[in-house]
Amino acid sequence: MKHDKITETDQSISGAVQTDRRHDSAEKHVTGQADYCDDIAEPYGTLHAYLGVSTIAHGLIRNVDLSKVLSAPGVVGVLTADDVPGSNDISPTGQNDEPVFPTEKTEFFGQPLFAVIAETREAARRAAELANVDYEVLPHALDPLEATEAGYPFVTAPLKLERGDSKAALKTAEHRIKGQLNIGGQDHMYLEGHIAFALPGEDDDVVVHCSTQHPSEAQHMVAHVLGVPSNAVTVNVRRMGGGFGGKESQMNLFCVVAAIAAKKWNRPVKIRPDRDQDMTATGKRHDFVVDYDVAFDGDGRIQAVDGSFAARCGYSSDLSGPVTDRALFHADNAYFYPNVRLTSRPMKTNTVSNTAFRGFGGPQGVVAAERMIEEIAYALGKDPLEIRKTNFYGDRTDGRNLTPYHQEVEDNILHRLIGELETNSDYQARRQAILEHNARSTIIKKGIALTPVKFGISFTATWYNQAGSLIHIYNDGSIHLNHGGTEMGQGLNTKVAQIVADALQVDFERIKITKTTTEKVPNTSATAASSGSDLNGMAALDAAEQLKERLVAFAAENWNVSPDTVVFRNNMVQIGQEAVSFDDLVRKAYMARVHLSAAGFYKTPKIHWDRAAGKGRPFYYYSYGAACSEVSVDTLTGEYRIEQTDILHDVGRSLNPILDKGQVEGAFIQGMGWLTTEELWWDKAGRLRTHAPSTYKIPLASDRPRKFDVRLAEWSENKERTIKRSKAVGEPPFMLGISVFEALSMAVASVAEYRECPRLDAPATPERVLLAVERLRAGS
Amino acid sequence: MTHRNEIRILLNGADVAVRDVPADRTLLDYIRLERRLTGTKEGCAEGDCGACTVLVGRLHDGVLKYETVNACIRFLASLNACHIVTIEHLRGEGGGLHPIQQAMVDFHGSQCGFCTPGFVMSLYALWMENPSPTETEVETAIQGNLCRCTGYQPIVAAAMAANQYGTPANDFLTLEREEITQRLSALDDGRRIVTSPKDNRAIIPANVEDLAEVLTETPEATIIAGATDVGLWVTKFMKPISPAVFINHLNDLKSIKLTDTSLEIGAGVTYSEAQDAIRDAFPHLEAYWDRIAGQQVRNMGTIGGNIANGSPIGDTPPVLIALGATITLRRGQEQRSLPLEDFFIEYGKQDRASGEFVETIVIPRPISGQLNAAYKISKRRDEDISSVAAGFSVTVENGLITDCRIAFGGMAGTPQRAKAAEAALRGQPWNAATFAAAGKALETDFAPLTDWRASAQYRTSVARNLMQRFFLSMDDQTAEPAELLSA
Repeated sequence: MKHDKITETDQSISGAVQTDRRHDSAEKHVTGQADYCDDIAEPYGTLHAYLGVSTIAHGLIRNVDLSKVLSAPGVVGVLTADDVPGSNDISPTGQNDEPVFPTEKTEFFGQPLFAVIAETREAARRAAELANVDYEVLPHALDPLEATEAGYPFVTAPLKLERGDSKAALKTAEHRIKGQLNIGGQDHMYLEGHIAFALPGEDDDVVVHCSTQHPSEAQHMVAHVLGVPSNAVTVNVRRMGGGFGGKESQMNLFCVVAAIAAKKWNRPVKIRPDRDQDMTATGKRHDFVVDYDVAFDGDGRIQAVDGSFAARCGYSSDLSGPVTDRALFHADNAYFYPNVRLTSRPMKTNTVSNTAFRGFGGPQGVVAAERMIEEIAYALGKDPLEIRKTNFYGDRTDGRNLTPYHQEVEDNILHRLIGELETNSDYQARRQAILEHNARSTIIKKGIALTPVKFGISFTATWYNQAGSLIHIYNDGSIHLNHGGTEMGQGLNTKVAQIVADALQVDFERIKITKTTTEKVPNTSATAASSGSDLNGMAALDAAEQLKERLVAFAAENWNVSPDTVVFRNNMVQIGQEAVSFDDLVRKAYMARVHLSAAGFYKTPKIHWDRAAGKGRPFYYYSYGAACSEVSVDTLTGEYRIEQTDILHDVGRSLNPILDKGQVEGAFIQGMGWLTTEELWWDKAGRLRTHAPSTYKIPLASDRPRKFDVRLAEWSENKERTIKRSKAVGEPPFMLGISVFEALSMAVASVAEYRECPRLDAPATPERVLLAVERLRAGS
Repeated sequence: MTHRNEIRILLNGADVAVRDVPADRTLLDYIRLERRLTGTKEGCAEGDCGACTVLVGRLHDGVLKYETVNACIRFLASLNACHIVTIEHLRGEGGGLHPIQQAMVDFHGSQCGFCTPGFVMSLYALWMENPSPTETEVETAIQGNLCRCTGYQPIVAAAMAANQYGTPANDFLTLEREEITQRLSALDDGRRIVTSPKDNRAIIPANVEDLAEVLTETPEATIIAGATDVGLWVTKFMKPISPAVFINHLNDLKSIKLTDTSLEIGAGVTYSEAQDAIRDAFPHLEAYWDRIAGQQVRNMGTIGGNIANGSPIGDTPPVLIALGATITLRRGQEQRSLPLEDFFIEYGKQDRASGEFVETIVIPRPISGQLNAAYKISKRRDEDISSVAAGFSVTVENGLITDCRIAFGGMAGTPQRAKAAEAALRGQPWNAATFAAAGKALETDFAPLTDWRASAQYRTSVARNLMQRFFLSMDDQTAEPAELLSA
């Protein structure tokens, strides 16, 4: 097999794989020369679009009077549902439940009802406020509980995962605890908001520049909405100013509005919502209400789990199906449940349709698993870490390696990983010191928690696990690299270029990284599910190997040597006894009419998933990690500080350790923010009131742990044949932030002698922490 | 003297005169849309993310000083005779990357890169003033910069190492200082500037006397100092602000007089400008001051503006009311003084007559036996608006509380004194029981609201607990709260 020697690397070139290569755009970032969509020079005559939105959460639209909008200064026209030439639907999963603009009713406060097109963005924005909409107000339901009470439907089919007889096991168990956990959502707060810029062309053609993780979907949506074939639509993205899942489906709206307007007026049209509209009109991480019922023995070993996961999906399905599925896939986190039943409840609500966000429902599942661990620990008076270890997945030999979805855990490294972190972070001694501190200290209480994460890698939509690439070698020896993945800061382009540099044994600088475009690689999957380098790296390697094979064949024939004596090394090619430069070989190959362009392809092996049966192998492999966090809590105000965090994370054999470390650090902080200060707050009318950084608080530099040590598990190597035996890194470390949440919980628990689970809801704002402290104090 | 209709600035290396500047034209829109300097980004358009950070150099008594500002809420009309430095202008000694840029590259301080130019500008300003900062100083300098990718660790590391990449003495702005000073001096001709068009007019008075005159002529004018609030009226609410009178440049409103008995601050003094004097006169406000907004907003926002806009959640009114501050208002040549607490009548209503402006704030210095504290409770520690803010000034003689002033923000429609709690303290012995009783009395003082920052229940609990916090921290200076948490 071609990739058998996959972990061998030669590091004599610059930018070799498995070295700390800096982000390819770093110099452009720091000088402001990196172009984002809004930085593209606008052709003369560019128009600007802005969305007019609903001002109620739920109601019938009786009449939309846009006369004042149309007569406002600078306005060229408006777009409503009547202007959609093709299908008025941008549902990413084909459920036909997400109109570009609704015609009969509005289903959330801030829902786009129409767009204004004007000569300037400011004119469009001002005019969008002037609509006069007549509604017949209907009652609304904002969260899963209200929606359940009001008899709202699911937005998509729920999932059930079941193994063993949880009902019987719950009844007969020594201990049993039921509880409810509320987990808040999260706004992506990418620094660059949504934007799309459409340029009309001849025939049905339109080119859309935008900020998206999923150019192929944007292409298909634009074609669908315009009623033209996909081959008329080109979608380009050079880079995003952050994505985090928020640009996996949510850009569809902006792309189609810009494209419809561009074709209608035959002028370039740009649309860029302001931050408030970006936050109110586009989806976020799903909030969940989890009802859990857990049975365990006197040692804290789990016997059975029954969990119900109700999610605030918003008014349409969007990606809520796979998101709520993934919550169930990770409701075990790292723990074996001998008997288990997990059900999802993807509730329709009168809020913006929630969407993908780093972890894709997985983090909510993991938080629920960790809550059950806490419940057991406080009920038995034990250290939660001991309960965690008691319940870790085992292996085939002990029969404790089967997940609730019947996939075997075959690559478990939890015991070693946790053991090393426990030692390196000095967990036991610090926990002891904290217990002593808390016994003495009346106001400041401390907590420490060491939490694991096990995260399944692959899209659960199996067909998404494919990727393409396109590599040209020009006759001067320079290389043009393109693949279907998108760059949102994660360094995907850097890693893929390293892989190509390695395959051809040329310096990284020789490889030109180019924008992602549907013109070069078709039918791509979203750059999501942490899959970017796994999929696109392999696809690029495939193309590079094809080119290399052709060059080897040419060299062997031309120099009359055996192909196995042709060796690429450090910008040179050894051909028998002769060494020629890569450039010379390419030049000679060109003259000899060798095809120097190749399209690569990859699909993930081994995976399959039967959703109806709840059985299969949805994941190619698992990534693992662990974090130990210590916090101090002021029990007079609920304020807290993260004193120390130590992380040990598994990325297999890292393609680029420094970029991977950056992903781990950033994901941890983002996960910490989700569970601490990032609070989405809707008022009773259904209006999101935390809709910009002034009111929605993501972590700052000063919120970082006072001591922060992040390491990669250098000994780890993917058991599966992934690209260079690396592992995905985007999402798994997000869940390391849960260590902070659990540490806060311990600090709160200290006020009741650790005998009562504090049942902190997320996010654990200072308010929630103080109110939990006061609740526990009052109860004890 | 006739007015002129032209804002004159130095934009990076070029002298630029802009005619007909609309009052509500932001610096960010000007540089991105009109100058196509696209390195500076818009992240939030409300001064909270820092992606639009640029440097503004201005002459203060002839001395050129550069500060970071948020270009998104800074109005172009407020920048006459300023040097605006954007990311495009930065360069290193040999013409390559600037030391800050090189450090950011080497420490992997960028991922998506969108926030990066803003961080570079903030770190550049820090390095110019303080090339070898502590970690806390770095964190303070980038309180106003959000990064969603990196988790900040590499950015802080880059800032700490920046001095190994170059010294401010050799920096291009240092080397060009004299030349820039001269060019900026030449831009200011001492005339009032009035821009057209009429329905979007900016007025830049020549001095404070001229301001008094302008406001007598146009009492309906929007007075804009730092624009950290009015900026949002434009960017968020698209409210008309014309005619807009800009006062941030008026040296007459920038006086800081520290005497034995008081600190007198001109209404145009920014938080940054006041910082040293505040620290010297009121040591208990030192940490609190660093938690007002972020660095860019502290460089722009003024104490006068924080008072005059009447917000119930401004950071300075509670602590200034507790200290017994008074303010002077002026209309034309008439001046009057009143206690700061009386300025706030009810939510949205202040004791400021048409044509009046806040001229000075006078804060009495603590007397012997006076114990002072300031607390700010917010969802996020830095760069957040308070859920509850409190100022305590309690005078203790021979174990008895002889006088006290306690004021809260976030507990009512205005910043307010806790009269019942004060009554429960006055004349009582200094002990925990007294403060517990005062905490209980707070319930008759306030009935706070629930909103997205905090619930009524939380505000009530925290306010009560702060009474205890004050007692504990004053009773035993070594008591545990110490460096932790609420400033």
